[in-house]
Amino acid sequence: MNWRLASRKRALVIRAAVLQAIREFFIARGYLEVETPQRIPAPAPEAHIDAIPADGWFLQTSPELCMKRLLAAGYPRIFQICHCWREGERGSRHIPEFTMLEWYCAGSDYHGLMDECEALIQSVARRMGYGDKLVYQGKEVELSSPWPRLSVEESFSRYAKVSMAQALECDLFDEIMVRDIEPHLGVSQPAFLYDYPATRGALAHLRPDKPSVAERFELYIAGLELANGFSELTDAAEQRARFLRDETYRRSLGKRPYPIPEKFLAELGEMPPSAGIALGIDRLVMLFVDAASIDEVVAFTPEEL
Amino acid sequence: MYTVSDLRKGLTITIDDEPYIVIAFEFTKPGKGQALYRTRLRNMVNGTIIDRTYRSGDTLEPAALEQRSMQYLYHEGGVYHFMDTQTYEQFGISEEALGDAKNYLIDNLTVDVLFFRGEPIGVNVPNFVNLRVVKSAPWAKGDTSSSDMKTVTVETGYELRVPPFVNEGDLIQIDTRTGTYVTRVKE
Repeated sequence: MNWRLASRKRALVIRAAVLQAIREFFIARGYLEVETPQRIPAPAPEAHIDAIPADGWFLQTSPELCMKRLLAAGYPRIFQICHCWREGERGSRHIPEFTMLEWYCAGSDYHGLMDECEALIQSVARRMGYGDKLVYQGKEVELSSPWPRLSVEESFSRYAKVSMAQALECDLFDEIMVRDIEPHLGVSQPAFLYDYPATRGALAHLRPDKPSVAERFELYIAGLELANGFSELTDAAEQRARFLRDETYRRSLGKRPYPIPEKFLAELGEMPPSAGIALGIDRLVMLFVDAASIDEVVAFTPEEL
Repeated sequence: MYTVSDLRKGLTITIDDEPYIVIAFEFTKPGKGQALYRTRLRNMVNGTIIDRTYRSGDTLEPAALEQRSMQYLYHEGGVYHFMDTQTYEQFGISEEALGDAKNYLIDNLTVDVLFFRGEPIGVNVPNFVNLRVVKSAPWAKGDTSSSDMKTVTVETGYELRVPPFVNEGDLIQIDTRTGTYVTRVKE
Protein backbone atom coordinates (compact mmCIF):
# COMPACT_ATOMS: atom_id res chain seq x y z
CA MET A 1 0.00 0.00 0.00
CA ASN A 2 1.20 3.55 -0.76
CA TRP A 3 1.43 4.87 2.82
CA ARG A 4 1.74 8.51 1.77
CA LEU A 5 -1.59 8.36 -0.05
CA ALA A 6 -3.18 6.31 2.72
CA SER A 7 -2.00 8.70 5.44
CA ARG A 8 -3.90 11.58 3.81
CA LYS A 9 -7.32 10.02 4.37
CA ARG A 10 -8.33 12.35 7.19
CA ALA A 11 -7.30 15.40 5.15
CA LEU A 12 -9.21 14.21 2.09
CA VAL A 13 -12.36 13.57 4.13
CA ILE A 14 -12.15 17.13 5.53
CA ARG A 15 -11.48 18.45 2.04
CA ALA A 16 -14.65 16.85 0.68
CA ALA A 17 -16.70 18.31 3.55
CA VAL A 18 -15.26 21.79 2.92
CA LEU A 19 -16.26 21.61 -0.76
CA GLN A 20 -19.75 20.48 0.21
CA ALA A 21 -20.13 23.30 2.75
CA ILE A 22 -18.99 25.91 0.21
CA ARG A 23 -21.57 24.71 -2.32
CA GLU A 24 -24.35 24.84 0.28
CA PHE A 25 -23.37 28.41 1.26
CA PHE A 26 -23.53 29.73 -2.28
CA ILE A 27 -26.64 27.85 -3.35
CA ALA A 28 -28.48 29.17 -0.26
CA ARG A 29 -27.50 32.70 -1.34
CA GLY A 30 -28.89 32.30 -4.84
CA TYR A 31 -25.58 31.78 -6.64
CA LEU A 32 -25.40 29.63 -9.77
CA GLU A 33 -22.57 27.11 -9.95
CA VAL A 34 -20.86 27.28 -13.34
CA GLU A 35 -18.09 25.43 -15.14
CA THR A 36 -15.99 27.19 -17.77
CA PRO A 37 -13.26 25.66 -19.98
CA GLN A 38 -9.92 25.07 -18.32
CA ARG A 39 -7.95 25.26 -21.56
CA ILE A 40 -8.22 28.74 -23.02
CA PRO A 41 -6.65 30.65 -25.94
CA ALA A 42 -5.49 33.68 -23.93
CA PRO A 43 -5.00 34.12 -20.19
CA ALA A 44 -5.03 37.60 -18.60
CA PRO A 45 -1.49 38.95 -19.16
CA GLU A 46 -0.51 39.50 -15.54
CA ALA A 47 3.08 40.45 -14.87
CA HIS A 48 3.98 37.65 -12.46
CA ILE A 49 1.60 34.79 -13.29
CA ASP A 50 2.83 32.26 -15.83
CA ALA A 51 0.43 29.99 -17.69
CA ILE A 52 1.31 26.46 -18.83
CA PRO A 53 0.96 26.00 -22.62
CA ALA A 54 -1.45 23.30 -23.78
CA ASP A 55 -1.50 22.42 -27.48
CA GLY A 56 -1.33 26.02 -28.74
CA TRP A 57 -3.63 27.35 -26.01
CA PHE A 58 -3.05 27.62 -22.25
CA LEU A 59 -4.26 25.95 -19.08
CA GLN A 60 -6.14 28.62 -17.15
CA THR A 61 -4.35 30.45 -14.37
CA SER A 62 -7.81 31.45 -13.11
CA PRO A 63 -11.36 31.24 -14.54
CA GLU A 64 -11.61 35.03 -14.32
CA LEU A 65 -12.06 36.01 -17.96
CA CYS A 66 -14.70 33.39 -18.81
CA MET A 67 -16.65 34.09 -15.62
CA LYS A 68 -16.70 37.81 -16.39
CA ARG A 69 -18.08 37.08 -19.85
CA LEU A 70 -20.93 35.20 -18.16
CA LEU A 71 -21.46 38.18 -15.86
CA ALA A 72 -21.63 40.47 -18.90
CA ALA A 73 -24.18 38.11 -20.46
CA GLY A 74 -26.59 38.51 -17.54
CA TYR A 75 -25.55 35.97 -14.91
CA PRO A 76 -25.35 38.24 -11.83
CA ARG A 77 -24.31 35.75 -9.11
CA ILE A 78 -22.01 32.90 -10.13
CA PHE A 79 -19.43 30.68 -8.45
CA GLN A 80 -17.02 28.03 -9.67
CA ILE A 81 -14.73 25.47 -8.05
CA CYS A 82 -12.05 24.44 -10.53
CA HIS A 83 -8.43 23.55 -11.05
CA CYS A 84 -5.96 26.25 -12.12
CA TRP A 85 -2.35 25.94 -13.23
CA ARG A 86 0.59 28.24 -12.67
CA GLU A 87 4.01 27.41 -14.00
CA GLY A 88 6.96 27.29 -11.61
CA GLU A 89 4.98 27.77 -8.41
CA ARG A 90 6.06 25.10 -5.94
CA GLY A 91 6.59 25.48 -2.20
CA SER A 92 4.97 24.50 1.06
CA ARG A 93 2.01 26.77 0.17
CA HIS A 94 2.16 26.51 -3.62
CA ILE A 95 1.50 23.71 -6.05
CA PRO A 96 1.41 24.15 -9.84
CA GLU A 97 -2.07 22.57 -10.13
CA PHE A 98 -4.36 23.82 -7.39
CA THR A 99 -8.05 24.25 -6.66
CA MET A 100 -9.64 27.66 -6.82
CA LEU A 101 -13.03 28.90 -5.68
CA GLU A 102 -14.00 31.98 -7.61
CA TRP A 103 -17.23 33.96 -7.27
CA TYR A 104 -18.72 37.13 -8.75
CA CYS A 105 -21.54 39.32 -7.57
CA ALA A 106 -23.09 42.08 -9.69
CA GLY A 107 -23.89 45.28 -7.81
CA SER A 108 -21.37 44.54 -5.05
CA ASP A 109 -17.98 46.10 -4.37
CA TYR A 110 -14.84 44.97 -2.58
CA HIS A 111 -16.13 45.85 0.89
CA GLY A 112 -19.31 43.86 0.16
CA LEU A 113 -17.14 40.92 -0.86
CA MET A 114 -15.09 41.14 2.35
CA ASP A 115 -18.39 40.76 4.26
CA GLU A 116 -19.40 37.77 2.15
CA CYS A 117 -15.97 36.15 2.43
CA GLU A 118 -16.16 36.47 6.23
CA ALA A 119 -19.64 34.89 6.22
CA LEU A 120 -18.48 32.05 3.94
CA ILE A 121 -15.56 31.00 6.11
CA GLN A 122 -17.61 31.26 9.31
CA SER A 123 -20.33 29.15 7.70
CA VAL A 124 -17.87 26.49 6.53
CA ALA A 125 -16.17 26.39 9.94
CA ARG A 126 -19.51 25.91 11.71
CA ARG A 127 -20.57 23.13 9.35
CA MET A 128 -17.22 21.45 9.97
CA GLY A 129 -17.91 21.62 13.71
CA TYR A 130 -15.16 24.12 14.53
CA GLY A 131 -17.42 26.85 15.89
CA ASP A 132 -15.81 30.26 16.27
CA LYS A 133 -12.27 29.10 17.03
CA LEU A 134 -9.62 27.46 14.94
CA VAL A 135 -6.21 26.23 16.03
CA TYR A 136 -3.62 26.33 13.27
CA GLN A 137 -0.04 25.23 13.93
CA GLY A 138 -0.41 25.90 17.63
CA LYS A 139 -1.95 29.35 17.18
CA GLU A 140 -5.56 30.06 18.11
CA VAL A 141 -7.57 32.14 15.64
CA GLU A 142 -10.88 33.73 16.70
CA LEU A 143 -13.36 33.55 13.81
CA SER A 144 -16.26 35.61 15.20
CA SER A 145 -17.05 38.96 13.54
CA PRO A 146 -15.91 41.61 12.90
CA TRP A 147 -12.58 40.81 11.23
CA PRO A 148 -10.11 43.70 11.20
CA ARG A 149 -9.50 45.53 7.92
CA LEU A 150 -6.17 47.23 7.38
CA SER A 151 -5.09 49.25 4.35
CA VAL A 152 -1.80 48.29 2.72
CA GLU A 153 -0.49 51.77 3.51
CA GLU A 154 -1.36 51.33 7.22
CA SER A 155 0.25 47.88 7.26
CA PHE A 156 3.55 49.39 6.05
CA SER A 157 3.50 52.15 8.66
CA ARG A 158 2.62 49.62 11.35
CA TYR A 159 5.01 46.75 10.54
CA ALA A 160 7.69 47.93 8.09
CA LYS A 161 10.57 50.36 8.43
CA VAL A 162 9.66 52.18 5.23
CA SER A 163 6.38 53.56 3.85
CA MET A 164 4.42 51.88 1.04
CA ALA A 165 5.50 54.68 -1.33
CA GLN A 166 9.18 54.22 -0.45
CA ALA A 167 8.91 50.44 -0.85
CA LEU A 168 7.41 50.87 -4.32
CA GLU A 169 10.04 53.41 -5.28
CA CYS A 170 12.95 51.10 -4.47
CA ASP A 171 11.13 48.05 -5.90
CA LEU A 172 11.03 46.22 -2.57
CA PHE A 173 7.24 46.03 -2.12
CA ASP A 174 7.04 42.22 -2.39
CA GLU A 175 10.10 41.52 -0.25
CA ILE A 176 8.87 43.76 2.59
CA MET A 177 5.36 42.35 2.32
CA VAL A 178 6.62 38.78 2.67
CA ARG A 179 9.27 39.42 5.30
CA ASP A 180 7.88 42.16 7.55
CA ILE A 181 4.11 42.32 7.06
CA GLU A 182 2.55 38.94 6.19
CA PRO A 183 3.73 37.18 9.39
CA HIS A 184 1.62 39.65 11.44
CA LEU A 185 -1.58 39.24 9.44
CA GLY A 186 -4.53 37.24 10.71
CA VAL A 187 -2.63 35.90 13.72
CA SER A 188 -5.32 36.06 16.43
CA GLN A 189 -8.20 36.94 14.07
CA PRO A 190 -8.50 36.72 10.27
CA ALA A 191 -7.55 40.04 8.66
CA PHE A 192 -8.28 41.81 5.41
CA LEU A 193 -5.54 43.85 3.80
CA TYR A 194 -7.05 46.32 1.30
CA ASP A 195 -6.33 49.22 -1.09
CA TYR A 196 -3.31 47.87 -2.96
CA PRO A 197 -1.10 50.13 -5.07
CA ALA A 198 -2.77 50.74 -8.45
CA THR A 199 -0.03 48.79 -10.24
CA ARG A 200 -0.85 45.66 -8.16
CA GLY A 201 -4.39 45.12 -9.39
CA ALA A 202 -4.30 44.39 -13.11
CA LEU A 203 -8.07 43.91 -13.42
CA ALA A 204 -9.25 45.99 -10.46
CA HIS A 205 -11.16 49.26 -10.40
CA LEU A 206 -9.18 52.23 -9.02
CA ARG A 207 -10.60 54.15 -6.07
CA PRO A 208 -12.40 57.19 -7.54
CA ASP A 209 -11.30 59.42 -4.63
CA LYS A 210 -7.74 58.02 -4.56
CA PRO A 211 -6.59 56.72 -7.95
CA SER A 212 -3.17 55.71 -6.59
CA VAL A 213 -4.80 52.62 -5.09
CA ALA A 214 -6.89 49.79 -6.52
CA GLU A 215 -10.07 48.54 -4.81
CA ARG A 216 -8.46 45.20 -4.11
CA PHE A 217 -8.08 43.13 -0.93
CA GLU A 218 -6.48 39.97 0.35
CA LEU A 219 -7.62 37.77 3.23
CA TYR A 220 -5.04 36.39 5.65
CA ILE A 221 -5.66 33.76 8.31
CA ALA A 222 -2.80 32.70 10.58
CA GLY A 223 -0.30 34.22 8.15
CA LEU A 224 -1.74 32.22 5.22
CA GLU A 225 -2.83 34.28 2.22
CA LEU A 226 -6.23 32.81 1.36
CA ALA A 227 -8.20 35.04 -0.99
CA ASN A 228 -7.82 37.94 -3.39
CA GLY A 229 -10.81 40.05 -4.39
CA PHE A 230 -11.61 43.35 -6.01
CA SER A 231 -14.15 45.72 -7.44
CA GLU A 232 -13.99 44.87 -11.11
CA LEU A 233 -12.69 47.21 -13.75
CA THR A 234 -15.45 47.57 -16.39
CA ASP A 235 -13.73 50.09 -18.67
CA ALA A 236 -12.61 48.09 -21.71
CA ALA A 237 -10.26 50.79 -23.04
CA GLU A 238 -8.49 51.07 -19.69
CA GLN A 239 -8.34 47.26 -19.41
CA ARG A 240 -6.77 47.00 -22.88
CA ALA A 241 -4.16 49.62 -21.97
CA ARG A 242 -3.26 47.70 -18.80
CA PHE A 243 -3.06 44.37 -20.66
CA LEU A 244 -0.75 45.92 -23.25
CA ARG A 245 1.43 47.44 -20.53
CA ASP A 246 1.67 44.15 -18.60
CA GLU A 247 2.28 42.17 -21.79
CA THR A 248 5.12 44.54 -22.75
CA TYR A 249 6.59 44.06 -19.28
CA ARG A 250 6.25 40.27 -19.56
CA ARG A 251 8.02 40.25 -22.93
CA SER A 252 10.79 42.50 -21.56
CA LEU A 253 11.50 39.74 -19.03
CA GLY A 254 11.71 37.20 -21.83
CA LYS A 255 8.47 35.48 -20.77
CA ARG A 256 6.25 33.52 -23.16
CA PRO A 257 3.98 35.94 -25.10
CA TYR A 258 0.20 35.79 -24.61
CA PRO A 259 -2.36 36.87 -27.20
CA ILE A 260 -4.66 39.71 -26.08
CA PRO A 261 -8.03 38.24 -24.95
CA GLU A 262 -10.10 40.11 -27.55
CA LYS A 263 -13.49 38.44 -26.94
CA PHE A 264 -13.24 39.26 -23.25
CA LEU A 265 -12.38 42.91 -24.00
CA ALA A 266 -15.24 43.16 -26.51
CA GLU A 267 -17.78 42.04 -23.89
CA LEU A 268 -16.29 43.76 -20.84
CA GLY A 269 -18.15 47.02 -21.57
CA GLU A 270 -21.45 45.19 -21.00
CA MET A 271 -20.40 43.88 -17.60
CA PRO A 272 -22.37 45.51 -14.76
CA PRO A 273 -20.45 47.03 -11.84
CA SER A 274 -19.46 43.96 -9.83
CA ALA A 275 -16.97 42.44 -7.47
CA GLY A 276 -15.14 39.14 -7.77
CA ILE A 277 -12.86 37.04 -5.63
CA ALA A 278 -10.63 33.98 -5.85
CA LEU A 279 -10.01 31.78 -2.82
CA GLY A 280 -7.44 28.99 -2.59
CA ILE A 281 -9.28 25.84 -1.55
CA ASP A 282 -6.11 23.89 -0.76
CA ARG A 283 -4.98 26.54 1.73
CA LEU A 284 -8.44 26.72 3.31
CA VAL A 285 -8.28 22.94 3.80
CA MET A 286 -4.77 23.34 5.28
CA LEU A 287 -6.36 25.49 8.02
CA PHE A 288 -9.04 22.93 8.88
CA VAL A 289 -6.61 19.99 8.72
CA ASP A 290 -3.95 21.97 10.65
CA ALA A 291 -1.49 21.04 7.88
CA ALA A 292 1.85 22.84 7.64
CA SER A 293 2.24 22.00 3.95
CA ILE A 294 -0.10 21.99 0.95
CA ASP A 295 1.25 18.50 0.17
CA GLU A 296 -0.76 17.12 3.09
CA VAL A 297 -4.15 18.20 1.68
CA VAL A 298 -4.00 17.09 -1.97
CA ALA A 299 -4.46 13.47 -3.04
CA PHE A 300 -1.30 13.59 -5.18
CA THR A 301 1.57 16.04 -5.43
CA PRO A 302 3.13 16.43 -8.90
CA GLU A 303 6.25 14.65 -7.62
CA GLU A 304 4.15 11.57 -6.83
CA LEU A 305 2.70 11.19 -10.33
CA MET B 1 26.69 29.54 -12.00
CA TYR B 2 23.46 28.49 -10.31
CA THR B 3 20.05 30.08 -10.86
CA VAL B 4 17.44 30.37 -8.10
CA SER B 5 15.65 27.29 -9.45
CA ASP B 6 18.71 25.27 -8.33
CA LEU B 7 18.20 26.40 -4.72
CA ARG B 8 17.75 23.58 -2.22
CA LYS B 9 18.87 22.65 1.25
CA GLY B 10 22.57 21.83 1.32
CA LEU B 11 23.55 23.88 -1.76
CA THR B 12 26.83 25.76 -1.21
CA ILE B 13 27.27 29.22 -2.69
CA THR B 14 29.69 32.16 -2.49
CA ILE B 15 28.69 35.52 -0.99
CA ASP B 16 31.35 38.23 -0.50
CA ASP B 17 34.11 35.70 -1.17
CA GLU B 18 32.99 33.34 1.63
CA PRO B 19 31.27 29.96 1.32
CA TYR B 20 27.67 29.65 2.60
CA ILE B 21 25.41 26.61 2.83
CA VAL B 22 21.63 26.78 2.39
CA ILE B 23 20.09 25.47 5.64
CA ALA B 24 16.46 26.46 4.97
CA PHE B 25 14.66 27.40 1.82
CA GLU B 26 11.11 28.45 0.95
CA PHE B 27 9.41 29.46 -2.29
CA THR B 28 6.91 32.25 -1.74
CA LYS B 29 4.81 34.56 -3.87
CA PRO B 30 2.79 37.41 -2.39
CA GLY B 31 -0.57 38.05 -4.12
CA LYS B 32 0.01 39.23 -7.72
CA GLY B 33 3.66 39.78 -6.82
CA GLN B 34 6.85 38.18 -8.00
CA ALA B 35 8.21 34.80 -6.99
CA LEU B 36 10.65 35.07 -4.10
CA TYR B 37 13.01 32.46 -2.70
CA ARG B 38 13.66 33.02 0.99
CA THR B 39 16.79 31.32 2.22
CA ARG B 40 18.59 30.94 5.52
CA LEU B 41 22.31 30.54 4.97
CA ARG B 42 25.15 29.49 7.26
CA ASN B 43 28.63 30.86 6.73
CA MET B 44 30.71 27.68 6.47
CA VAL B 45 33.81 29.35 7.95
CA ASN B 46 32.53 31.22 11.01
CA GLY B 47 29.03 29.71 11.43
CA THR B 48 27.16 33.04 11.17
CA ILE B 49 23.57 32.63 10.00
CA ILE B 50 22.05 35.11 7.58
CA ASP B 51 18.72 35.42 5.74
CA ARG B 52 18.71 36.28 2.05
CA THR B 53 15.80 36.64 -0.34
CA TYR B 54 16.31 36.00 -4.04
CA ARG B 55 14.02 36.75 -6.98
CA SER B 56 13.41 34.52 -9.96
CA GLY B 57 16.10 35.26 -12.53
CA ASP B 58 18.80 35.90 -9.91
CA THR B 59 22.01 33.91 -10.24
CA LEU B 60 24.24 32.50 -7.51
CA GLU B 61 27.91 31.73 -7.57
CA PRO B 62 28.87 28.19 -6.46
CA ALA B 63 31.15 28.02 -3.40
CA ALA B 64 34.85 27.62 -4.21
CA LEU B 65 35.32 24.41 -2.26
CA GLU B 66 37.70 21.52 -2.75
CA GLN B 67 36.29 18.04 -2.10
CA ARG B 68 38.19 15.03 -0.81
CA SER B 69 36.70 11.58 -0.37
CA MET B 70 37.18 10.42 3.25
CA GLN B 71 36.01 7.82 5.71
CA TYR B 72 34.18 8.78 8.91
CA LEU B 73 35.97 7.34 11.97
CA TYR B 74 34.46 8.47 15.31
CA HIS B 75 33.43 11.53 17.28
CA GLU B 76 34.62 12.75 20.63
CA GLY B 77 33.99 15.96 22.54
CA GLY B 78 31.94 17.55 19.75
CA VAL B 79 34.59 16.88 17.10
CA TYR B 80 34.00 14.40 14.25
CA HIS B 81 37.09 12.69 12.84
CA PHE B 82 37.64 11.67 9.22
CA MET B 83 40.49 9.92 7.40
CA ASP B 84 41.75 10.36 3.86
CA THR B 85 41.76 6.76 2.59
CA GLN B 86 44.67 7.48 0.25
CA THR B 87 47.08 9.41 2.47
CA TYR B 88 45.76 8.20 5.88
CA GLU B 89 45.75 11.85 6.99
CA GLN B 90 43.15 12.59 9.68
CA PHE B 91 41.01 15.72 10.07
CA GLY B 92 38.55 16.89 12.74
CA ILE B 93 35.38 18.89 12.05
CA SER B 94 33.24 20.48 14.76
CA GLU B 95 29.64 19.40 15.31
CA GLU B 96 28.41 22.94 14.49
CA ALA B 97 30.24 22.98 11.17
CA LEU B 98 28.73 19.61 10.22
CA GLY B 99 25.15 20.80 10.77
CA ASP B 100 22.53 18.20 9.78
CA ALA B 101 25.20 15.96 8.22
CA LYS B 102 26.03 14.59 11.69
CA ASN B 103 22.63 12.87 11.71
CA TYR B 104 23.78 10.54 8.93
CA LEU B 105 27.36 9.66 9.94
CA ILE B 106 27.75 5.97 10.68
CA ASP B 107 31.12 4.29 11.20
CA ASN B 108 33.16 3.79 8.00
CA LEU B 109 30.74 5.82 5.86
CA THR B 110 32.56 7.42 2.91
CA VAL B 111 31.73 11.11 2.49
CA ASP B 112 33.11 14.11 0.63
CA VAL B 113 34.91 16.44 3.05
CA LEU B 114 34.82 20.07 1.90
CA PHE B 115 37.92 22.25 2.15
CA PHE B 116 38.03 26.04 1.93
CA ARG B 117 41.54 27.53 1.64
CA GLY B 118 43.04 24.29 2.93
CA GLU B 119 40.79 23.94 6.01
CA PRO B 120 38.10 21.23 6.35
CA ILE B 121 34.80 23.06 6.94
CA GLY B 122 32.05 20.53 6.29
CA VAL B 123 30.98 17.35 4.53
CA ASN B 124 28.67 16.33 1.73
CA VAL B 125 26.65 13.24 2.58
CA PRO B 126 24.91 11.12 -0.09
CA ASN B 127 21.31 12.21 -0.93
CA PHE B 128 20.01 8.94 0.51
CA VAL B 129 21.33 6.94 3.46
CA ASN B 130 20.08 3.73 5.11
CA LEU B 131 19.95 3.80 8.91
CA ARG B 132 18.68 1.29 11.46
CA VAL B 133 15.83 2.14 13.83
CA VAL B 134 17.04 1.65 17.40
CA LYS B 135 14.11 3.09 19.34
CA SER B 136 10.43 3.41 18.50
CA ALA B 137 7.81 5.19 20.60
CA PRO B 138 4.61 3.23 21.14
CA TRP B 139 1.90 4.21 18.71
CA ALA B 140 -1.81 4.10 19.44
CA LYS B 141 -3.94 3.23 16.44
CA GLY B 142 -6.43 5.96 15.71
CA ASP B 143 -4.12 8.69 17.00
CA THR B 144 -5.10 11.05 14.19
CA SER B 145 -3.69 14.18 15.82
CA SER B 146 -0.24 13.14 14.64
CA SER B 147 -1.39 12.49 11.04
CA ASP B 148 -0.80 8.76 11.52
CA MET B 149 2.97 9.12 11.94
CA LYS B 150 5.22 8.25 14.88
CA THR B 151 8.69 9.27 16.08
CA VAL B 152 11.63 6.87 16.00
CA THR B 153 15.35 7.17 16.78
CA VAL B 154 17.94 5.79 14.38
CA GLU B 155 21.45 4.52 15.15
CA THR B 156 23.07 7.98 14.88
CA GLY B 157 20.69 9.37 17.54
CA TYR B 158 18.67 11.27 14.94
CA GLU B 159 14.88 11.37 15.54
CA LEU B 160 12.36 11.52 12.72
CA ARG B 161 8.70 10.88 11.87
CA VAL B 162 7.85 7.62 10.13
CA PRO B 163 4.69 5.66 9.23
CA PRO B 164 3.31 3.44 12.02
CA PHE B 165 4.36 0.15 10.41
CA VAL B 166 8.09 0.87 10.90
CA ASN B 167 9.48 -1.22 13.78
CA GLU B 168 12.54 -1.24 15.99
CA GLY B 169 15.33 -3.05 14.13
CA ASP B 170 14.07 -2.03 10.66
CA LEU B 171 16.49 -0.47 8.18
CA ILE B 172 15.00 2.71 6.68
CA GLN B 173 16.05 5.01 3.87
CA ILE B 174 16.27 8.74 4.68
CA ASP B 175 16.50 11.66 2.26
CA THR B 176 19.36 13.70 3.74
CA ARG B 177 18.29 16.87 1.89
CA THR B 178 15.02 17.04 3.81
CA GLY B 179 15.80 14.74 6.74
CA THR B 180 12.63 12.76 6.02
CA TYR B 181 11.70 9.09 5.78
CA VAL B 182 11.55 7.59 2.28
CA THR B 183 10.96 3.86 2.57
CA ARG B 184 11.67 0.69 4.51
CA VAL B 185 14.69 -1.20 3.13
CA LYS B 186 14.28 -4.93 2.54
CA GLU B 187 17.27 -6.95 3.77
